[in-house]
Amino acid sequence: MYAFEYKKAFSLEDAKSAFDSADDGTFMAGGMTLIPTLKQRLAMPSDVIDLGGIEDLRGIFVDGDTVSIGAMTCHAEVAASTDVKNAIPALAYLASLIGDPQVRNRGTIGGSIANNDPAADYPGALVGLGATVHTTTREISADDFFTGMFETALEDGELVTKVTFPVPEVASYRKFPNPASRYAVVGAFVAKTKDGVRVAITGAGPTVFRVPEMEAALNTSFTPGAIADISVPADDLNSDLHATAEYRAHLISVMAKRAIADCV
Amino acid sequence: MQISLTINGKQHSGDVEPRTLLVEFLRYQLGLTGTHVGCDTSQCGACTIHMNGKSIKACTLLAAQADGQDLTTIEGVAPSATELHPMQEAFRENHGLQCGFCTPGMIMSALAMVERHKGEDLDEKTIREELEGNLCRCTGYHGIVKAIAAGAKAMQASQGGA
Ligand SMILES: Cc1cc2nc3c(=O)[nH]c(=O)nc-3n(C[C@H](O)[C@H](O)[C@H](O)COP(=O)(O)OP(=O)(O)OC[C@H]3O[C@@H](n4cnc5c(N)ncnc54)[C@H](O)[C@@H]3O)c2cc1C
Ligand code: FES
Ligand code: FES
Repeated sequence: MYAFEYKKAFSLEDAKSAFDSADDGTFMAGGMTLIPTLKQRLAMPSDVIDLGGIEDLRGIFVDGDTVSIGAMTCHAEVAASTDVKNAIPALAYLASLIGDPQVRNRGTIGGSIANNDPAADYPGALVGLGATVHTTTREISADDFFTGMFETALEDGELVTKVTFPVPEVASYRKFPNPASRYAVVGAFVAKTKDGVRVAITGAGPTVFRVPEMEAALNTSFTPGAIADISVPADDLNSDLHATAEYRAHLISVMAKRAIADCV
Repeated sequence: MQISLTINGKQHSGDVEPRTLLVEFLRYQLGLTGTHVGCDTSQCGACTIHMNGKSIKACTLLAAQADGQDLTTIEGVAPSATELHPMQEAFRENHGLQCGFCTPGMIMSALAMVERHKGEDLDEKTIREELEGNLCRCTGYHGIVKAIAAGAKAMQASQGGA
């Protein structure tokens, strides 16, 4: 690890001024991606600004038809939350599948989405439910937030403060985990919302994406059979030592059908 | 930078570089070498300890992040210098180890798992799922899973069946 300055922020103002006064500052949430990256010397920030002291960024609030989750809320809290389990069980279930217990005790929703690993689970839930990302400066719809592999709409120094999820009629997440890392080889998040059905696929492409053909068919008939003949072309999908693009394309249909079967 | 924290009920302080990992601070500055390092990828769980009662990987935390927190390491679980914790005893009795390298992390994960599933039965499936973050290169896990089930029962019994 290269040397850096460490600063712990206790408020958003603290975090901002630490970031502004640093040459090349980086925020740290749980550190579950950042610390391995620093250990491998893949990053060399001048300052690491720990968000762990900002109480305002923590917590889960359910209010009628929205669930709102603070950026620094860890996966274990979301997985265990009775409020989340009652309002959007698929979201609590998704959080329970991330990594392992030790990682879930540290990794956060804000860190996960800001990092936008192509194989991360949370982007599936955000896009699948039509969530809104709240930042220190604005609100961004999930559809516009994830822009590419490890890329988001966040500007330099902009912090995710919370994510709000509209409560769907019904939703389900099905993931085909990498047997070693448990990251998603393919994950399908399907939700029936008041604005129609949403299908979000994570793990398969450079970033999470929706499948409009499946959504249209499911709006007509919300059954696994409705998408039996719909497949996603393999052209733009990821191919790596874990799975070829063709295999991922096949898994998308299988996982989406399973997710719909859970809902009906 | 100066940090001070509670480890196994005792107050400790030390001067660390911002880039010092918590596991390095424990092992090299405090001599608490029960917490092992088995990988460089946050996968193996040999470095598992508890921070404020929650299991974490001490290789994926800066010592600075633990400033002011309450930690428990494998050195802190036995009731006395001559007595083993029921979970340690269960590992001994059920052949829950071969080389023993993964054992401290396994035991710290096992204790966190018992805590999380308080009042529920820890069946084999749950134990195997909960061990996701801990790797063992020798035992094939069978003895470890048996040991954790037995240790969980012994802990329940010693707490008056609670
Ligand atoms: C062994 C292991 C297995 C894992 N398995 C899975 C898995 O199966 N599925 C999965 O989805 N994930 C998995 N993860 C990732 C994990 O879920 C973490 O959430 C993820 O690594 C992000 O970590 P973090 O929240 O600690 O953020 P950090 O590592 O602290 O930060 C990540 C990035 O986000 C930025 N950031 C953090 N918080 C904010 C914020 N509020 N606003 C703006 N930027 C911010 C940081 O600057 C940094 O660039 C795994 C990780 C490990 C180590
Ligand atoms: S040494 Fe910490 S997870 Fe392997
Ligand atoms: S007993 Fe050798 S690594 Fe587990």
